Amino acid sequence: MKNGKNVDRKTDFIQGNIACAEGAIAAGCKFFAGYPITPASEIAHHMSKRMFEVEGTFIQTEDELAAIANVIGASWGGNKSMTATSGPGISLMLENIGLAVVTETPCVIINVQRGGPSTGSPSVAFQGDMLQPKFGSHGEYQIIALAPSSPQEMFDFTVEAFNKAEKYRTPVFILADSLIGHMRERVDFPLDDEKILEERKELKIYQGIHQKIFLDENVAPMPIFGKGLKANITGSTHKDDGFRNVSDPKIMDNAIKRLSNKILKNKDDIVSIEEEYLEDAEVAIFSYGLVYRAILETVNIARSEGLKVGSFRPTTMWPFPQEEIEELSKKVKIIIVCENNLGQMFPFVKASANGNAKVIFLPPETLGTLYNPEDILNVIKEVI
Amino acid sequence: MNKTVEHPLKKYFRGEINYTTCPGCGNGIISQSILRAIDELDINFDQYSFVSGIGCSGWIPSPSFNTDVLHVTHGRSIAFATGLKLAIPQTKVIVSAGDGDTGSIGGNHFIHAARKNIDITVICVNNQIFGMTGGQVAPTTPYNSKTTTTPYGSIERPFDLSNLAIAAGATFAARWTTYQARPLKNSIKKAIIHKGFSFIEVVSQCPVQYGKVIGMRNDPVSMLMHYKECSVNIRKSKSMSEDELKDKIIVGELVEKKNIPELTDEIKRLRREAKRK
Repeated sequence: MKNGKNVDRKTDFIQGNIACAEGAIAAGCKFFAGYPITPASEIAHHMSKRMFEVEGTFIQTEDELAAIANVIGASWGGNKSMTATSGPGISLMLENIGLAVVTETPCVIINVQRGGPSTGSPSVAFQGDMLQPKFGSHGEYQIIALAPSSPQEMFDFTVEAFNKAEKYRTPVFILADSLIGHMRERVDFPLDDEKILEERKELKIYQGIHQKIFLDENVAPMPIFGKGLKANITGSTHKDDGFRNVSDPKIMDNAIKRLSNKILKNKDDIVSIEEEYLEDAEVAIFSYGLVYRAILETVNIARSEGLKVGSFRPTTMWPFPQEEIEELSKKVKIIIVCENNLGQMFPFVKASANGNAKVIFLPPETLGTLYNPEDILNVIKEVI
Repeated sequence: MNKTVEHPLKKYFRGEINYTTCPGCGNGIISQSILRAIDELDINFDQYSFVSGIGCSGWIPSPSFNTDVLHVTHGRSIAFATGLKLAIPQTKVIVSAGDGDTGSIGGNHFIHAARKNIDITVICVNNQIFGMTGGQVAPTTPYNSKTTTTPYGSIERPFDLSNLAIAAGATFAARWTTYQARPLKNSIKKAIIHKGFSFIEVVSQCPVQYGKVIGMRNDPVSMLMHYKECSVNIRKSKSMSEDELKDKIIVGELVEKKNIPELTDEIKRLRREAKRK
């Protein structure tokens, strides 16, 4: 998306939140439902104008529970659908997000993170909700979550989120934060022939009451409502035809495992890592989202000083890149985990490293502020 | 020679389903009323989508009705139905909800859908109790009722769900009990055709969980007779005093307003305006 015909390509200097909204439209989003919240509201502002221009629907709902419910309902009506909120809104949405997972409903959920817990600090950039998509809704499930670090990535990753949501019939999160959401940078828009869009696999004709519409690890076709496909959809444990069964443990076991495997068996396609200077690195810095910007700077300075430091940056936070980190841990001596919280991904990195490398957690000096590359360099010099 | 007669509504059922409702439950009467209304209307069953929540009312359409059925979380059915209707406005979207769905956990969605006047039909099965979870007090349970969570008698006043819908802006509202199955069917027909938010409250017997609260345990016939005796038509009620109406159920078509802007039409208008600019 980024190379080639720069002359023809439309560019703009825009906020991350606006880039996110435009990314959604580029991906074919036709339905936005949301409830006002700082620092995500600009996405709703933009969508309230733009959705109608593309024959879509914008609705401001009575609360976030309704926003995600509207999104899931519209997705069953055949629309590519999304909502955007911040941590408090996600907290309210989580029960219905579980329903989206279990009913295999494609949708995109933007979390422009702010300081928590509770009302917290609405405009402070914090990576405090990293575990929430994966563990927030009750029960056992897998989720896909992407962490952008710039307005350009707010655009690109939102397109990617729609693609993954449609391809795997699942909710996909964008985990941004208030600084990325409000930051203004140049954003390059792809030309129409550069866009790669996934369209959902739909059931074409009704195939009887036991038609297979769920629980296929290769993704079952979705019966869109209003087309005579007699969709049988429930949030209760069900078989591959949608019929509820809540008494047979084997059916529940099968449902949970297949639903999880749909994501886990496709990790190679879903998981995405960006690596810098890792070929000969002794120290790897694990970071994501906004923090990655400081880490890239740190690594560049370290290299100019001859220090063997590299960067490992997952762009997909969930499913967690366990195998990739295990590989990394065999190549480096030390992994420094930098994240703007008190160590949310750190235990996962440490477990994945499995004792092969030393894993250190290094938060910013003050939560909610940017890292100072010098502080990180000092730690590197101590441990190297 | 034996002649097998098929139930006239069987064609609307998905088949291979065992109904899970208790003996004497009002769900059967309500299912029939909905399907008889649909049977009398000249609209293909495939053009209906049903959305239901959690509670016994959820099992009216899910999975039994052989069309598109979305069975969702407790209290949120109206919000799911709103998104669905906005995506496919040509479809008739009907919500089957309980009094817990509508008046308790989902109260906010209920009043806002009425305010927005979105063209969906909400059929609320009001059995005045939380039935499926074991007979706990509901926001519709009469004052001083002994339930599994109000052993000393309930201390809160009940909601009048139909009045709530009307106050919130519902453009069609009717209330019947399961005793008045035929007028119920006629009102459901009107509600389906009505352009805008329509609300049907059906006071329905739960002989297992609510029967015991009013001394009619497992006795649906007495409950139905009780409904017959308590029901007062809206027309008649207007000449009755507050005292005379105490403990009565006011039934009938309570509100019908036409030409109020409807949400999916408004969305279409915004699309046209956005194009013009």
